[in-house]
Amino acid sequence: MSVLVVVECDKGEVKKSSLEVATYGAQVAAQLGTTATAIAVGEASEASLAKLGEQGIAKVLYDREPRLKDFVNNAYTKLIATAAGQEQAKIIVLANSNIGAAVGSRLSVRLRASLATNVVELPKTDGGRFVVKRGAFSGKAFSDVVLSGERKIIAVKKNSIEAQHDAGKTAEVAAFAAQLADADFADAPQQVVMQEQTGGVLLPEAELVVSGGRGMKGPENWHLIEDLAKALHAGTACSKPVSDVDWRPHHEHVGQTGITISPNLYIACGISGAIQHLAGVNSSKVIVVINKDPEAPFFKAADYGIVGDVFDVLPKLTAAVKALN
Amino acid sequence: MKFLVCISNVPDTTTKISFTPDNKEFNKAGVQFVINPWDEYALTRAIELKEAAGSGTVTVLNVGEADTEPNIRKALAIGADDAIRVNAAPQDAYFVAEQIAAVAKEGAYDVILMGKESIDYNGFQVHGMVGVLLGIPTVAPAMKLDLAGNTATLEREIEGGKEIVQVNTPFVASCQQPMCEPRIPNMRGIMTARTKPLKVVPAVGEPARTQVAEFALPPKKQGVKLIDAENAGELIKLLRNEAKVI
Repeated sequence: MSVLVVVECDKGEVKKSSLEVATYGAQVAAQLGTTATAIAVGEASEASLAKLGEQGIAKVLYDREPRLKDFVNNAYTKLIATAAGQEQAKIIVLANSNIGAAVGSRLSVRLRASLATNVVELPKTDGGRFVVKRGAFSGKAFSDVVLSGERKIIAVKKNSIEAQHDAGKTAEVAAFAAQLADADFADAPQQVVMQEQTGGVLLPEAELVVSGGRGMKGPENWHLIEDLAKALHAGTACSKPVSDVDWRPHHEHVGQTGITISPNLYIACGISGAIQHLAGVNSSKVIVVINKDPEAPFFKAADYGIVGDVFDVLPKLTAAVKALN
Repeated sequence: MKFLVCISNVPDTTTKISFTPDNKEFNKAGVQFVINPWDEYALTRAIELKEAAGSGTVTVLNVGEADTEPNIRKALAIGADDAIRVNAAPQDAYFVAEQIAAVAKEGAYDVILMGKESIDYNGFQVHGMVGVLLGIPTVAPAMKLDLAGNTATLEREIEGGKEIVQVNTPFVASCQQPMCEPRIPNMRGIMTARTKPLKVVPAVGEPARTQVAEFALPPKKQGVKLIDAENAGELIKLLRNEAKVI
């Protein structure tokens, strides 16, 4: 029995969320007295895979089938199921991403496994039960869930586990061939379109996020958000009204019906903090609110606040960050 | 084209969440329930595609006890043709997926739509499970859905971009914005919804594979520390030296 970790790679590098997943998997393996093996998907380099040893991974399987570079639901599911079979893995750990969670739900049926997504902590395994804590009610609560099946699949929420870096340790990278057939690629994408991200920082993976609302008054003022974001190496986000009127693209919308993020720092500029917006950001570790209205509800959910005009405050913050660096 | 739209019954987005004293169940007292906001995209898009084709049916499906019927009627008022309620409290994602798969198989639906996830359980699981149970493709989460004959073209959101995916019917897709502008019921819809068929069927399948042991609320925030706008740079120092996040 071992723990199988699904590692997502992009442009040769392991994604940050997958370093967290690898750490989680290695720690679960240690709890259970076994080892963690990774299966890599996407475009990976041998060197970056070997470095997964730093997160405690013993061995990495990598199938060089070129069609696996892009996400293909069926093919990824079969690849991971085959690896789980070979490694006799009873526990599979993946990222709670659009790839990981989609594959996790398919795998859970194929392998008759108990599945928990949005998991935020290592499992508790005392008393013969296997219990994981997961986010529920759009970040307003947590639930402890018992995974009662013999096999278990865990999708770990981004930025909820700190990636371990045990410098110098390397993992063995082993060739792996899942013998995928053409039929497994029937739902392959026709085309993949990537969007430009502020400062090249991918919002769902960002540790720091600067976000703007209607108080920014128009898209022509967004350079104030972007300047601070670039100085901090942060991603940029926006509220729903802003993406609804196309000031910013939909993929930057965080909130109840947008994406959910949990960065270390979320700076909200000119956002009043409606409960639907909070649902997308309330698991951020530190929240800063800048708003000229002292009654803005967002201040109740904030750790730090500035009551002031974003047009005055943002340039001062950007200058202060630059001075610090 | 036969559309099956799966809706879940969830606490309104503004609900203050609380639990029963033993923390084992969500406290429903005084809570207003709504159609899961993500499912509204699925429902409206199915109605739009049916209208564009000039033929077809939209069936709405809910797994829930009798108290979910007001929201099923609301879906009918928005424009679904008929409804099915699987009479059982949803136990976990797999249990719900089994019910949907059984109904879908029985009714030979071409397009099975639902929201990306429910705002109470936040699972993002059911659509993938239904696809495997039925042996058909799942596209999740879809931002755009168009149909030409039996071929659907979808935009699937991935981190940092999107994929353009084509699948043939039957298929499952989970929906999110900006797929459409969700509709609200009008008076005529509300009147006609009263007489549209709503069939109640028993649950099928195996016992659930996960059980909620306990709920918990997140720790309370300490309260906001205000920094004077004139001295905004002070915030950056606090973020580095006190919060240690930059």
